[in-house]
Amino acid sequence: MISKIAESATVAVQDIPDGATVMVGGFGTAGQPVELIDALLEQGARDLVIVNNNAGNGKTGLAALLGARRVRKIICSFPRQSDSQIFDGLYRAGELELELVPQGTLAERIRAGGAGIAGFFTPTAFGTTLAQGKETRRINGRDHVLEDALNADYALIKAHHGDRLGNLIYRKTARNFGPLMASAATTAVAQVSKIVGVGELDPEAVVTPGIFVERIVEVGGKLPSATRGV
Amino acid sequence: MKGALSRDGMASRVAQDIPEGAYVNLGIGLPTKVSNFLPSDREIILHTENGMLGMGPVATGDEIDFDLVNAGKIPVTELPGASYFHQADSFGMMRGGHLDICVLGAFQVSTSGDLANWHTGGEDAIPAVGGAMDLAIGAKQVFVIMELFTRDGHCKLVEDCTYPLTGIGCVNTVYTDHAVFDLGEKRVVVRELFGEFTLEQLEEKTGLRLQFESVR
Repeated sequence: MISKIAESATVAVQDIPDGATVMVGGFGTAGQPVELIDALLEQGARDLVIVNNNAGNGKTGLAALLGARRVRKIICSFPRQSDSQIFDGLYRAGELELELVPQGTLAERIRAGGAGIAGFFTPTAFGTTLAQGKETRRINGRDHVLEDALNADYALIKAHHGDRLGNLIYRKTARNFGPLMASAATTAVAQVSKIVGVGELDPEAVVTPGIFVERIVEVGGKLPSATRGV
Repeated sequence: MKGALSRDGMASRVAQDIPEGAYVNLGIGLPTKVSNFLPSDREIILHTENGMLGMGPVATGDEIDFDLVNAGKIPVTELPGASYFHQADSFGMMRGGHLDICVLGAFQVSTSGDLANWHTGGEDAIPAVGGAMDLAIGAKQVFVIMELFTRDGHCKLVEDCTYPLTGIGCVNTVYTDHAVFDLGEKRVVVRELFGEFTLEQLEEKTGLRLQFESVR
């Protein structure tokens, strides 16, 4: 019987080695897999390359991982925010490498990685500093920039419910990068608020089919707002 | 004569130009204000690039749910008919030409429609682009809403942008406190004037060659 269930977040991330590329889901804190990040922090892997839309908020989650000097490089679209002080300090001190990517290009690079597309031409960023040094091509009268696919050794994502086969559903805008990162990583680890029995998820409503997910861990049913249901 | 428009006045003016049935993305900051003035008799669907169509007003009280936020990471609400999707679909809606209008703020816009709104280029500034470049080149029409002059009195509608570019030739219309400008082939057409300036005075203040919209 297939079971991708990991007994804890600690177990789910225990084999992530130093130097791994790790995609981390979330848009700000929506969809950020905080328990998995905390487990990774405790586990101690360092010299990591992190792929995330942002570069940490406040002092917890991804920001804590950065603050503990575990990250060598971050690939993201929007590092600077009102509460990104940990990233800001490390970046200004030259202790953290930044690869800045337009958000849609970041999403598409991850999608391409998961779909076996080596690269693609996109009009985004043509003529800007973010396209410097990249191959360009005029296609159907419009200028495009060649972008590479992005893959990772691991993805840490947050979904709402899942089953032992790894099928996932998400909650509202917390979906964001989750389905893409799950497909682009060799080992995708999903934390969910509840693991349900096989057959309980409506097959028509499954967003991430289990084939993209290697590990699933239940981290408790705490919803972001205690007053709201599913 | 009426004075220049307030920020609410500018947002209200943009809202008037968003037609029934439009799919619209409103950028962070001043563009977000446009949602307060959308005519209630038009069905307009708001897109937020973090993965939702049918975004409702900002959430209050018990509605606040940090799984439901807008691009500025502010908790919002969902309207009947809303949908959620992942980031690649969300940006495909822009790049693929499905989104009718996006409304963006700007540091500068050039007369040929170049947009600079993501980075001041300052040496100590930490760059952050988010969805700005995708929005700039993706929507069918790009509206910019901004004050025409900086606090130091420099015109933000310029011959050539000096700030780092977000997109080339992508802006269609610029809504400012003093006028609405349509950017066309090698010409800037003033569609409306709000402030005390005449067209000639506006030309002098902006240093640009302007044209009035031809009389119908």
